[in-house]
Amino acid sequence: MLRFTIKRLASAVLVMFTISVLVFLIFFATPGVNPAARIAGRSASPQVLANVAKEFGLNRPLPIRYGLMMYHLFIKQDLSSYVNIGDRIIPQITAAAPITLSLIFGAVVIWLLVGVSAGVIAAKNKGKFIDPLVMFFGIAAISIPVYWLGQMVLLVTQGGLHTSIFAWAPNGGYVSLTQSPWQWALHLLFPWLTLASLYAGIYARVLRGELINNMNEDYIRTARAKGLSERRILYRHALRCSMISIVSLFGLDVGVLVGGAALLTEVVFGLPGVGFLTYQGLQNLDLPLIMGCVMYGAFFVVLASAVVDVLYAYIDPRIRVVA
Amino acid sequence: MVSLGILLFMVMVTLLAPVYAHDIAHSNPFASNLQGRIKIGGHYRSVMPANTQGLGLGVTPIGPTWHFSTYFLGADELGRDVFARILYGGRVTLLIGFSSGLICIAVATVLGMLAGYFGRATDWIISRLLDIVWAFPIYLLAISLSVILVTSGLDLGIIHIGAGSLLLPILIIASVYVPYVARPVRGIVFSLKERDFIQAAIASGASDWRILRKEIWPNVAPSVIVFFPLMVALNILTESALSILGIGVQPPQASWGTIINDGLQLLYTRPWVAIAPGICIVVVCVALNILGDGVRDAFDPRAKLRGSI
Amino acid sequence: MSREDHSTDAVLSVRDLSVSFATRQGVVRAVDGLSFDVGAKEVLGIVGESGSGKSVAMYSMLGLVRDANVSISGSVLFEGREILGLSDTDMQSVRGGEVGMIFQDPMTALTPVYTVGWQIVEQLRAHNEMTKKAAYERAAELLAEVGIPDPKSRVNHYPHEFSGGMRQRVVIAMALSCNPKLLIADEPTTALDVTTQAQILELMGRLQATHGSSIVIITHDMGVIAEIAHRVVVMYAGRPAEIGPEIDVVRSARHPYTWGLLGAVPRADVKSRRLVTIPGNAVSPLEVPPGCAFAPRCQYRMDICEQRPPLRGAHDHLDACWLSDEQRLVIRSTATVRGVS
Repeated sequence: MLRFTIKRLASAVLVMFTISVLVFLIFFATPGVNPAARIAGRSASPQVLANVAKEFGLNRPLPIRYGLMMYHLFIKQDLSSYVNIGDRIIPQITAAAPITLSLIFGAVVIWLLVGVSAGVIAAKNKGKFIDPLVMFFGIAAISIPVYWLGQMVLLVTQGGLHTSIFAWAPNGGYVSLTQSPWQWALHLLFPWLTLASLYAGIYARVLRGELINNMNEDYIRTARAKGLSERRILYRHALRCSMISIVSLFGLDVGVLVGGAALLTEVVFGLPGVGFLTYQGLQNLDLPLIMGCVMYGAFFVVLASAVVDVLYAYIDPRIRVVA
Repeated sequence: MVSLGILLFMVMVTLLAPVYAHDIAHSNPFASNLQGRIKIGGHYRSVMPANTQGLGLGVTPIGPTWHFSTYFLGADELGRDVFARILYGGRVTLLIGFSSGLICIAVATVLGMLAGYFGRATDWIISRLLDIVWAFPIYLLAISLSVILVTSGLDLGIIHIGAGSLLLPILIIASVYVPYVARPVRGIVFSLKERDFIQAAIASGASDWRILRKEIWPNVAPSVIVFFPLMVALNILTESALSILGIGVQPPQASWGTIINDGLQLLYTRPWVAIAPGICIVVVCVALNILGDGVRDAFDPRAKLRGSI
Repeated sequence: MSREDHSTDAVLSVRDLSVSFATRQGVVRAVDGLSFDVGAKEVLGIVGESGSGKSVAMYSMLGLVRDANVSISGSVLFEGREILGLSDTDMQSVRGGEVGMIFQDPMTALTPVYTVGWQIVEQLRAHNEMTKKAAYERAAELLAEVGIPDPKSRVNHYPHEFSGGMRQRVVIAMALSCNPKLLIADEPTTALDVTTQAQILELMGRLQATHGSSIVIITHDMGVIAEIAHRVVVMYAGRPAEIGPEIDVVRSARHPYTWGLLGAVPRADVKSRRLVTIPGNAVSPLEVPPGCAFAPRCQYRMDICEQRPPLRGAHDHLDACWLSDEQRLVIRSTATVRGVS
């Protein structure tokens, strides 16, 4: 188990390195694009352009440029924005991270509860009316653009019905947990629901498919022959085996989300998380900020992927041999 | 089957967009129409009437008229006919969705088949490439590429793609999802290779090309076909996300995503500008997903046991 | 035999069992009028080709057929108690607790994510009041009984850590864990190599003697029957073709189908004997002819075979064939088919 973990983490480091090179290439070396202008922002003076060129070694060979970028990013940690002059990137990201985590935490709880229950209900009642109904909602959930959904939620809660039913719904923004737990949850309620809907749909469908497949396996027949109750068979045998694919999916999803994939949700509801930061960087074409956010995001995806693989091996004993 | 019908309907309707715009609505969905006046039920009304509520400042675009012949869903902040724009935007969105889906699947299938069939070095190179692209969180990759390319275009000497070209989002979205399809295809080809009939073909001296074409491809095709509607749906959603962020389709072109973006300013006053394109996206994607499920069930004989959507 | 003639001291008494499925192509009668008894400490073999309905018959008795389109009729008494038509909850205490089952493919029979000990304990505690500790100890004992080396540590191993033969032993241990009166084995050795087959059969024989349970063993292999069964039911197309003590059926089979099955068994002690194969293919359950199901493939068919022959015979040896004893005598004296002495 230990060997497997080490091997997996080592390969994760390798992937991180590759990603950093890719980021570098995209932002600095895309042919036909002038990197200095990219970094310095849209309306930079020639002096700023020259400074940027010097600082990032744009006249030097590629590997040196790469080294300089990593240096600025990780070691000196002084990568600063050229749009909001002087604003350091790294602190901005670390300040935004807890907000993103708050958003994800609640959404995860909701989508797991809803998604898994829906999947189990659909599988148990396979063929009866409730099964296609649940699946239809699942399909609808994954067909809705998240950003648009958020806007619709806001429209409903802040628009005409704001004075009546939804008077209590806040108009976006974030209240930190330490300030007021109740407000924290209240402000995050609709973002949680919006973000969770997409994933609940996915998970319900995946789980239903897996459960139904597994219920046809031989070991379920053995379990029945043992005289176990159907309930026990479903939850202890079929569900347990189905969770394997759910876990790997889950790990990747959470990793991507922590890395800022919820940016559209954050923007809609005005939550200043990492995704929101990325979005701002995009709006202003603030390249250092974008680079920082992308590296941060990629880091979490890779980390999550490695953690998932290790967890997977823990849950499914057969994998340890294959690794 | 219903879903197929819905899809075809949408495609046809959007294709007829110019017909609608010119002959029925008599409006140009791409030009500002701030001063325009339209005739409804015998009366002339301004497209951008002055505000009467609140402080009475500024103008608010006209809301839905529910008259099919003109400004059916109202106007946007530049006075343009929203319904006509949605029809035109539909063409763009559907075009991007289908073409990037097609390109993605084509490339992914070729890569997957090559990697799975030839193995060894070929497989190693292709798999590492796929790993790299895949390790990059999709949205991050799409965003990064789009930021760089979309606003200033791509200039590779021989290849010249203008900044506003639709080819950019198409190619970016397609390439970002290639590993998603290529990996399963590779897996299928791997297990196919072990099967007897492939071994027999190899033993009988058939050329690689022939085997790929006549033995491997027909067995890979069903899975690939199943992927197609799902990829199109995914690509449409990705395109709309990118367009909402401003790095997808660029003006003067419109897509459902850009119209939603436009409509956000008017969300509380003229909500239909944002609601309608969203509904279109949802309907098309639901239809695509149901179609995808149906295709998959049709190919999988065991699916009858599952008996659901 | 009719329903009223249930044998009173048999562990399992089946009368007129019929199982049919409603399919798009029509009604499929997988089992058609099967009747037999299993006595205490007796091994009954049910033999037939694939599709003869032998597995379906046993599964349907225990409520393991989950198809919504099935209809089961007849009467099955287990230890004097009617079990056909029991509610699922009642059935659950019979399954595993009083009737153990082992299946064909040991590689997929056990849940991959739990240790074998956990799975045996699960069955023990489902039917007995036991502490976990006691159950695990019992599980280790059972593993030892079936010949698994180092049982105390193997109890905590996962199924994939055992070879096929070992896994089948685990499955047997699990099935016997609650001391069932009846053990049903569905092709337990088919997926194993010949040497392991012999070991498993020998193990089953030994366990049957020590635990005192009856066994119903389902197989397509007459060799297995000869090895371990006391009595035999030969099935064809869901119907019983011949029933009787193993010695009688093997040595003086009456039904032409049985002759074919016996002729198909390679004999080590007879040289240069061509394997007799039964011509034709097993009949599809949808196309069972009226009358004798085997008639189309039978080289001794007569006109009367267009009527379904009843199951009848002297003493304990029954057959469903219109051939008279005189006709059989003639066939025996001229044929060289093994088992027709």
